[in-house]
Amino acid sequence: MSTRTIEIMVGLFVAAGIAALFMLAMKVSNLSTYGGDEGYVISASFDNIGGLKVRSLVSASGVRVGQVVSIEYDSDGYEARVTMSIDPQYDKFPIDTAASIMTSGLLGEQYVGLQPGAEEEYLKVGSEIELTQSALVLEQIIGQFLYSKAEEE
Amino acid sequence: MMLLFDKLQSLGHSALTSLQRLGRGHVFLMQVLPAMEGMLFRPGLLIRQMYSVGVLTMLIIVVAGLFVGMVMALQSYYALVDFGAEDSVSVMVVLSLLRELGPVVTALLFAGRAGSALTAEIGLMKATEQLSGMEMMAVNPIERVIAPRFLAGFLSMPLLAAIFSAVGVMGGYLVAVELLGLDAGAFWSQAISNVDLYHDLGNGMIKSAVFGFVVVWIAVFEGYDCVPTSDGLGKATTRTVVHSSLAVLGLDFVLTALMFSE
Repeated sequence: MSTRTIEIMVGLFVAAGIAALFMLAMKVSNLSTYGGDEGYVISASFDNIGGLKVRSLVSASGVRVGQVVSIEYDSDGYEARVTMSIDPQYDKFPIDTAASIMTSGLLGEQYVGLQPGAEEEYLKVGSEIELTQSALVLEQIIGQFLYSKAEEE
Repeated sequence: MMLLFDKLQSLGHSALTSLQRLGRGHVFLMQVLPAMEGMLFRPGLLIRQMYSVGVLTMLIIVVAGLFVGMVMALQSYYALVDFGAEDSVSVMVVLSLLRELGPVVTALLFAGRAGSALTAEIGLMKATEQLSGMEMMAVNPIERVIAPRFLAGFLSMPLLAAIFSAVGVMGGYLVAVELLGLDAGAFWSQAISNVDLYHDLGNGMIKSAVFGFVVVWIAVFEGYDCVPTSDGLGKATTRTVVHSSLAVLGLDFVLTALMFSE
């Protein structure tokens, strides 16, 4: 086989490999949703985060606006401290925005939902969300239900 | 008593031979790596090897990737439909392809298709004294024969793994959307929201580069080190496939534990 044909075949091979990488990066990974590190970081404290994980979604009205960066236990306030990175184009959350931990579907993943408030000032880098609502823990709900049943009788 | 000593001796002998082989392998690697710079002046050698190592392996990679993706989609559909979670088929297919199946299956096929061919080729060169002939003519066989094959294998593996995963995803799409009638939009959006560029795709590519290095190292070493007889050549080829497959599976466990433990 001539050198030319071999070189063309190798060229095709390399091009196919790079095209495959490109397709994987664009089509099935979150490259397109990468705001990267430019997102601004805010935090919130919760009594109970349930099954929230690092890289869980942060959404407002069901739209993805950022992701959870870190989760720590604050041993002074006895609360879980969740740090979130919000994509830079969503920079208009009022300072009285409420954060609650919700579940997508019955058994789905947990995510942080933001409900914008009414204040004129907006959240900025390092702000803390004051209004938070913890995750619903199934055992607690069942416990409360049984407790109230017992009260009735 | 005598029998015991005989057994002990044979055990010690085999331990020493494997240690020796391991040592020779590393010395060999240390000779090959500096010889890479010769490649800069003769890229033609590398291209020719990329053809025989990469291009010729592509067919089996594409076919295997397509079917692995399709089977993954079918099986995960059957498992997930019971929970009403059939939209997650794409996550299952894409994540397992990118993280595990892409790098590992490609490396196993690569060891079988390209690794064995490399060993046989180099071993036959040794048996027919072509390598010694080169040395007689003051041509360094490591620079001329081994280094291009090594580099070609190392470069081809990640490309092959990427092709495998991409074709697998398309196979999964074909089955999930065209055959099982899932929603095409949900297929892609579920994947996008659950697959991370660096964590999943990047680590998969690192894995495949490591596997490529190990497989091609074992393959060229076994060829270069083989006993130059027809019997020795056969054994060396078998060892290439067995050892590189075992190395890939073992390394995969270690790499997965390191990368995805969080």
